[in-house]
Amino acid sequence: MVALAVECRDLRKRYDAKSKKPVDALNGLDLEVRAGECFGLLGPNGAGKTTTVEILEGLLEQTSGHVEVLGRKWGRKNRREIHQRIGISLQETRFSDKQTVRETVTLFRSFYRAGREPADVIELVDLTEKADAWVVKLSGGQRQRLAVACALVGDPELLFLDEPTTGLDPQARREIWDIVRQQRSQAKTTLITTHYMDEAQRLCDRVAVVDHGRVIALGSPEELIQTIGGEHIVEFDLVRADGEAVDVAADVFCGLPAASSARLEDEGFSLTVSEPHVALPALMRKIESDGLKLARLTTRHVSLEDVFVTLTGRHLRDEELSSD
Amino acid sequence: MKNYHPIRELFLTRMRAFYREPEAIFWTFVFPVLMTIGLGIAFRNRPAEIIDVDIEASPSAEMIMGQLEAIDGFRVQIHDAEECSDRLRLGKAAIVVRPGEVFAYRFDPSRPESALARAKLDDALQRAAGRVEALAVSDTETSEPGARYIDFLIPGLLGMNLMSGGLFGVGFVITDMRVKKLLRRLVATPMRRSHLMLSLVFGRMPFVVPEVGMIVGAGWLLFDMRIAGNPLSILVLAIVGAMSFSGIGLLVASRAQRIESISGLTNLAMLPMTLLCGVFFSYDRFPEAVQPVIQIFPLTHLIDALRAVVLEGAALGSQGMHVLVLVVWGAVSFGLAMKMFRWT
Repeated sequence: MVALAVECRDLRKRYDAKSKKPVDALNGLDLEVRAGECFGLLGPNGAGKTTTVEILEGLLEQTSGHVEVLGRKWGRKNRREIHQRIGISLQETRFSDKQTVRETVTLFRSFYRAGREPADVIELVDLTEKADAWVVKLSGGQRQRLAVACALVGDPELLFLDEPTTGLDPQARREIWDIVRQQRSQAKTTLITTHYMDEAQRLCDRVAVVDHGRVIALGSPEELIQTIGGEHIVEFDLVRADGEAVDVAADVFCGLPAASSARLEDEGFSLTVSEPHVALPALMRKIESDGLKLARLTTRHVSLEDVFVTLTGRHLRDEELSSD
Repeated sequence: MKNYHPIRELFLTRMRAFYREPEAIFWTFVFPVLMTIGLGIAFRNRPAEIIDVDIEASPSAEMIMGQLEAIDGFRVQIHDAEECSDRLRLGKAAIVVRPGEVFAYRFDPSRPESALARAKLDDALQRAAGRVEALAVSDTETSEPGARYIDFLIPGLLGMNLMSGGLFGVGFVITDMRVKKLLRRLVATPMRRSHLMLSLVFGRMPFVVPEVGMIVGAGWLLFDMRIAGNPLSILVLAIVGAMSFSGIGLLVASRAQRIESISGLTNLAMLPMTLLCGVFFSYDRFPEAVQPVIQIFPLTHLIDALRAVVLEGAALGSQGMHVLVLVVWGAVSFGLAMKMFRWT
């Protein structure tokens, strides 16, 4: 049996809004993170990822449900003991403006019984050049790496990174990814939340997709991709030969060989297929026989984004605009 | 492997935040000294006040003016009756006299300088008219350092400054940390909560020595204040006071969510003490019924003890009761703050 770093069952969290009706951020969320793995919590903003993580970090109290972190429950007695063994990078970590990077990391080091040398951690997050610069002078990406340094300086068994790469440029994102991979190579556990599917796909051993305060899918990125019935997506757009508007339901393409599902989206049709070399000729014949013409056709590998869309009918980025 | 102690690191963080903020240095050190100098000048012992006397225009007015001007201490003007009344009302004249068969004085007995003018003017006019003194008297004038208002005032200002330093210095810093979500990050570490609070209380200590030095030094250099007691005793009292008010500062700030609210709460705590506890004048002037309330406030005890040591040369040991009250205030506030404290 694999030891669990994090376990929670039927986790619920209700925020009482004064004037409005209460908001249920978590609706019975179950989660198990195994020791040594990199686990991703994936979902749109407002899905409950941060609420979950902050309960696990001991910053919020759940309304109900069972939570264990490194085999212990949060409470007065265990608070400091658990914090000794976990490292936390909050969604938005703030530090004193007029302290240097080195001073900030040293301060955090002092809270832990044992840990890494501040200079080593600063090197690890590639901030050595900025070690004597004030926090207020750092760029967004540098601050995020400082937050990660402060999470790592206690040499944690379990690392929480809440959206560590949101708003970062590609270079800064890759630097954060390298840190996560190093943590994993030392058999340390990492729990990372993200709404970037590619990030979860690259970093995580297992992923839980969270929506409306519940886990709606769980598994390795590959397993999740397989659950939607194919590894390839064929996207195409149609026009009629006579110039009239196209009036075809997506369902008609479901029956094609090797196709498992089809959707009509804003940009055109999206078909999930297991074997493109079987599905594509059949698609061509179908289009021709219906008197239609292809305006566009692309194929690509299925991503976690497609998993999310299949599970919820929504795109992740649609949510970003409307929630939080 | 180096050794990192959390209280030391938190304390150093606090110190760095202070000296990297030039404005803070002004408010902490320069401002109290400027205030001491300003108040010292405003309340310095002045030679006897010049009394402004108005005489209503009349045939004998010029003659009386001549008599009064022969004596020091009067500034005399002649105006018509209506203007005299206006000047009395506006405080430009302390008293108005209408010469005649009966000399009529008009003055406001509720104004100290006006009541004094009545006595002095009457005395001068009676003598000029040929009054013979019935009793032989002699005057000896004294104005010794140690008994002047400025001597009374400086320990009061010192106490007030220790109070505002503790309340603002600790309360604002912690509220600012809460507002900026720095506390939220700290609470997500194994840091002991008491370590943060102790570091803030200790963080006041380096300020106490220069604060005491500058205020007492200003009194000594500029106003020739004599310090009767042991300077070390003054310092010990100041440190006890500073720690006590730091504890109260923590309590006041334990739940404040915004800078505006801590500003209001701090002023709410300071205002009654500033007025009632004998900073600017003796609290004996308040009615008997208020005295027990005054004795509850820590500032009363701090200032009483400071005055006893600074002005009367009392030994620290004789101030044990005052010290005890300060310690209890500090300890109880610290404990309550720990319980009530809001981290986010």
